[in-house]
Amino acid sequence: MEKALAIDTRDLTKSYGRSRGICNLDLQVEAGDFFGFIGPNGAGKSTTIRTLLGLIRPTSGSASVLGYDIVSGKEKILLHTGYLPSEIHFYPHMKVRDAIRYSADLRKADCGKRAEELCRRLDLDPGRKVDDLSLGNRKKVGIICAVQHHPDMLILDEPTSGLDPLMQKEFFTILQEENQRGATIFFSSHILSEVQAYCRSAAFIKDGKILLADKVGNLEQTGTRKVCVIGEVEREKLAALPGVTFTDSAGAAADAGTNAAGTTATGTEANTYGAASSDTHDGSAGGCTSALSFLYNGDIQRLLSALAQEKIKDITITEPSLEEIFMHYYEN
Amino acid sequence: MTILKQEIKSQKMAILIWSLSIGLLIGMCVLMYPEMESQMGSVNEMFSKMGSFTSAFGMDRLNFGTLVGFYAVEGGNMLGIGGAFFAAIIGISALMKEEHDHTAEFLFAHPVSRVRVITEKLLSIFANIVILNIIVLLLSIGSILLIGEEIFWKELLLFHLAYLLMQFQIAGICFGVSAFLVRGGLGIGIGIAGLMYFLNIVANISDSARFLKYITAFGYTETADIINNGKLEIRYLIPGMAMMVIGIICAYGKYTKKDLR
Repeated sequence: MEKALAIDTRDLTKSYGRSRGICNLDLQVEAGDFFGFIGPNGAGKSTTIRTLLGLIRPTSGSASVLGYDIVSGKEKILLHTGYLPSEIHFYPHMKVRDAIRYSADLRKADCGKRAEELCRRLDLDPGRKVDDLSLGNRKKVGIICAVQHHPDMLILDEPTSGLDPLMQKEFFTILQEENQRGATIFFSSHILSEVQAYCRSAAFIKDGKILLADKVGNLEQTGTRKVCVIGEVEREKLAALPGVTFTDSAGAAADAGTNAAGTTATGTEANTYGAASSDTHDGSAGGCTSALSFLYNGDIQRLLSALAQEKIKDITITEPSLEEIFMHYYEN
Repeated sequence: MTILKQEIKSQKMAILIWSLSIGLLIGMCVLMYPEMESQMGSVNEMFSKMGSFTSAFGMDRLNFGTLVGFYAVEGGNMLGIGGAFFAAIIGISALMKEEHDHTAEFLFAHPVSRVRVITEKLLSIFANIVILNIIVLLLSIGSILLIGEEIFWKELLLFHLAYLLMQFQIAGICFGVSAFLVRGGLGIGIGIAGLMYFLNIVANISDSARFLKYITAFGYTETADIINNGKLEIRYLIPGMAMMVIGIICAYGKYTKKDLR
């Protein structure tokens, strides 16, 4: 049986005159999921979130959150949702405890004990004035306001910015507890490692459109492999293979018509890549130390045949990280 | 009423400062009255010869030599200008400040409808204006008692009622404008209040500009008319209250559909 959807958008569009917002967005998030919403700055993450919460009205299309329509059921959505904006501001002259209590009062909820516990866990002094707080501490107040009433849905817009690593860890522990309790977690981020570490599902958004949405495990196992080669390799031969996308900077430079790595042993236009080369650099998240790395999404036998004709010293074939998949999608 | 309470709480210092400033200024004028009473004959004569200036402030129809006449001019000007600016500032900032101070995302992430926010903010504006006017009235009564004069209850209450309604009108208009703004409202609010004050002066000076009385919120606060007629000028009050209602309707119409930043 299919799981109920906590978020369901159909052709959701928000346009701001000439500037882009979101365009025919179709996004489904299952109830109880831990969902990462990934995209670069200006991709439409915040616009999507603000539309779902009724802060802005959609231009066209429809959407529901927790089964309630975002226009007609806005208050019901907000009653069962906790929201943390990317930049949170409170009323001047309020103390931390006043801001937290005001949030609870607006929900007609008594969350005193829970708020106290959260303040302790996040190392936040409730007696301080919100005006004097750093971005990270303001964020902590926002987190408490968002989770203190045990919502069914948590929507968080770039929640970890400003938090130190220890607090980030505690924050995700709180989110995991809420998720285990049954709450759906939906958070936007451009920090892929945290999405990879905590989320079960993720979606990529670019230019207001969803590029890809799936389980994180499936995204990591798309069949695409990250290949790192050490040795003398004719880059053009590899480039001619269908399914090859170079991810290293030397490759990118060569793509731009620049011979980045110097003369080759074969005397052709091929480049030489090796651990001893001065052009050698660390591969990114895959941990490969070779200069030549690329994503391959094709027949592996064909790749091995092509590589067999080159003088390679070493080869590693690994699953790409989410970050590499992300870069692959956005650069293309 | 959570938002209403929060609004009043957040404004309490401002209300206190404005109330005491206006109330104490009026009180000081009243306290000076016994000293000036003996010189009032010459003062009245002087004011009567000031031409347009005399009529601009209604002094051609007031007896400056009596406390009621003296209070009508001095108190009227202070409560008129001070109250109008106070009403304009709290009216124009009520809705606008949520976006300007970036607190809209905090407030509207809670299960509160836009209608509820608008209503509670509007009620807080009216409550703040009432609080200010009660403090000012009490200080005025106290100062009159202090100089041992008899209180002219009917005129006094009618003056203050007129100024209360004038502040409601200006706040209501500014509240409507506020719904359309994100920033820069303070100047607009003060501009509206100032413009209305000067329109009334123009209407007093020139007969051909008398129609401005229907537009300005100060038309029915003319203390000379209140003393002479013993009532508020309903013909000026009705369009004034209509403008307030239109301002409030605009606020609901715009803010319930507005994309919040």
